[in-house]
Amino acid sequence: MSLPEDYLHYPARRYGMDHDRYDWSDMFARKPIAWPGGARVALSIVTHVQHFPLDMPAKPFKAPGALSMPYPDFRYFTNRDYGNRIGVFRILRLLAEKGLQTSFAVNGCIATRYPALLKAVVEGGHEVVAHGLDMGKVHHSGLSVEDENAIIAETLRLLRGATGQPVEGWLSPGRAQGFNTPELLARNGIRWNLDWANDDLPYRMRTADGALLAMPLAYETDDRVVANEYFQSEPEWVQQVKDRFDVLYRESAEYGGRVMSLPLHSWVSGMPYRVEYLREVLDYILGHDGVWTAPVGQIAAAAESQV
Amino acid sequence: MGAEPMQSDLGLYDYLPWPGRPKITWPGGKKLAVWIAPNIEFYEYDPPNNPTRTPWGRPNPDVLQYSHRDYGNRAGWQRMMAAMDRAGFRGSVSLNVALCDHHPEIIRACADRGWEFFSHGIYNTRYVYNMTVDQERRIIRDAFDTVRKHTGQELAGWLSPALSNNLWTMDILAEAGIQYTCDMFHDDQPMPVKVRSGKLISMPYSLEMNDVIVYNSQKVTPRHYGEIIRRQFDQLYRESDDSGMVMCIPLHPYLVGQPHRIDAFAEAIDYIAGHDGVWQATGREIAEAYHASGAYDAMSAAAARHAQGDR
Repeated sequence: MSLPEDYLHYPARRYGMDHDRYDWSDMFARKPIAWPGGARVALSIVTHVQHFPLDMPAKPFKAPGALSMPYPDFRYFTNRDYGNRIGVFRILRLLAEKGLQTSFAVNGCIATRYPALLKAVVEGGHEVVAHGLDMGKVHHSGLSVEDENAIIAETLRLLRGATGQPVEGWLSPGRAQGFNTPELLARNGIRWNLDWANDDLPYRMRTADGALLAMPLAYETDDRVVANEYFQSEPEWVQQVKDRFDVLYRESAEYGGRVMSLPLHSWVSGMPYRVEYLREVLDYILGHDGVWTAPVGQIAAAAESQV
Repeated sequence: MGAEPMQSDLGLYDYLPWPGRPKITWPGGKKLAVWIAPNIEFYEYDPPNNPTRTPWGRPNPDVLQYSHRDYGNRAGWQRMMAAMDRAGFRGSVSLNVALCDHHPEIIRACADRGWEFFSHGIYNTRYVYNMTVDQERRIIRDAFDTVRKHTGQELAGWLSPALSNNLWTMDILAEAGIQYTCDMFHDDQPMPVKVRSGKLISMPYSLEMNDVIVYNSQKVTPRHYGEIIRRQFDQLYRESDDSGMVMCIPLHPYLVGQPHRIDAFAEAIDYIAGHDGVWQATGREIAEAYHASGAYDAMSAAAARHAQGDR
C-alpha cells in the first residue's frame, strides 16, 4: 500500500485557520471584555438533561455516555434516566438555594417525554439551551442538509413550544457537528453554540446564514469527563474546578473579563453522593467578589458587542 | 507492504547497561540537563485519511477534538510560555512546521525567546505510514526549508508526526543532517543510533513525563502531574552525581495550558530551576555537548565492546 501524491499536498496551508469558520486570535492580546457590574468572571453553569434511546445507533459514532451493553441495555438506559427523574431536581434545588439562574441544555425529546421536568427548569428561572433531539441523534457530515435541518428544526419547535423561551443557544449531542451544522443553526435562529472547546471567551463564528457566537464550555473539567473518562474522584473534580476558577479569576485582573464554565450532567452531579461536592464548588466560586452568575444567553448578549 | 516480513528488532541501538558506562560531563559542571519540549501542533479540520491511521475518531470535521487542540494555539500557549519564562526555561519546540504558515505570531514569540525549533512533521494529522522513502524525504526537506525560512534555524531534531515511523526513517533523518531523534524511550542518557550514514543521537524525550500520556492515558490529575515531575527530577538529579543524565518534559499547550493545570506545572518547573546543578538546555545544546565532550564516541565504543562480548 502506498499513499497518493495528494497526501503531500496541503491546500489549506496558509495564514490563520485551515477553514473559514472563525479567525485565529490570541486570547491574551484581545481587547478586554467588560462584564455587567464590573464583574471579573462570568459563571456559566450548563446542566445537561439527556435522553439516551434504548435503540440508539452505534454509527457513525456514539455520543459520550451512550448505552454500551448488549440490547436491551437496561443498565445505562435507566442510569441516565435517573438524571431526569431525581438528579435534575436535586441540582435545581441546590441552584434555587443559591439563588442562581443558569442554563439547562435539554434534548428536544424531553419536551414531550417529560414536560414536568422542563416546566421545573423554566419555573426555576433558568434558560433552556437546545441539546439536539436526543443523544442518539448525533450531528455529522454524513447527514444530508435536509435531514440535519429537520433534526434541528424539530428540536427547536419542541423546546420553543414547551418553554415559551426564544431558545437561541445550542449544544450538540456529544458536541459533534458536521460541515453544515453552523449554517443550519443560524438558519434556525440559533445565535450561539457551545460545541467548540477552543477558548475561554466568546468569539465570532462565520456562517453563510448569518452570525453565530461560540460560547466557551470547559471540556476537561466537565463532571462526566472527570468521572467517567478520567475516573477521578469527586474531591479531585472539586480541586480542578477550583484551580480552573483561580487562574481565570487571576487573569481577569490583567486581561479583562473571563468566562468560568461549569458543565454538569443531571445523571452525574445529580447523584446523592455528588451533589454536596457541587455545593462546595459553588460556595468556593461565589465566595469571591466580582463573580456574575448568568444564563449563557445573557453572557453572550453582554459579550456580543465586544467581540 | 504485506510481502515484507516484520522484524523482531530493527537493531537501531546496541544494548549498553547503565553500570560501567563512560561518564558524561555537562558544560559548566552541571549535573542534570533538563529540557522542555512543547509540542506546538496543528491538527487539520479536514485531513486526508491514511490507511494505517484515521486522524479523527469521528468523521471530519471532529469539531470537539479539533477545537480542543486549537485551544493550545489560542490560549494555552501563552500560559505555558509565561510559566517557562518565569522559571527561565527556553523551549525546544516540537513543531508541526505548517504552523509557521498558520500562526507566525506564535513562532515569532518562541523565536524571540531563543527557543529551538525541531520538527514534528508537517501536520499532526499527516502520518508517514505507507509513504515511500522518497515521499518521506520530501517531508524532511519541507521541514528543513520551512523552519529555515521562518526562523533562520537549521533543524537539528526530529519527532515523527504522531510518532509514526517507517523502517528506514532513522537512516533518512541522519542522511538529511538531523542530529537527534526523540522517538525512542529506552534511556535516560543520549545514546548513539545505528544509522547507515551520519551520526544520530537518540535524545531522552519521555512518554511518562509527557502531559498527553499523563493526563489522557494515565488519567493523572494536574496536581499529581506536578508531583510526578518533581519526583522524576529528584531521582535523576541525585543519580547525576555520578554521570550526567537528561530529563525531558514534553508538553502540549492545549493540555498543560488549561487554567486548571497550569499552576501545578509552573510550580514544578520553578522547583527544578531552583537547583544549582541543573543545566536548562535545549535539545540541540545537549546534542552538541554530547559530541563536544566526547560522550558520543565513548558511548559508541563502549556499546561496540559490549556487543563484541566484553560483558
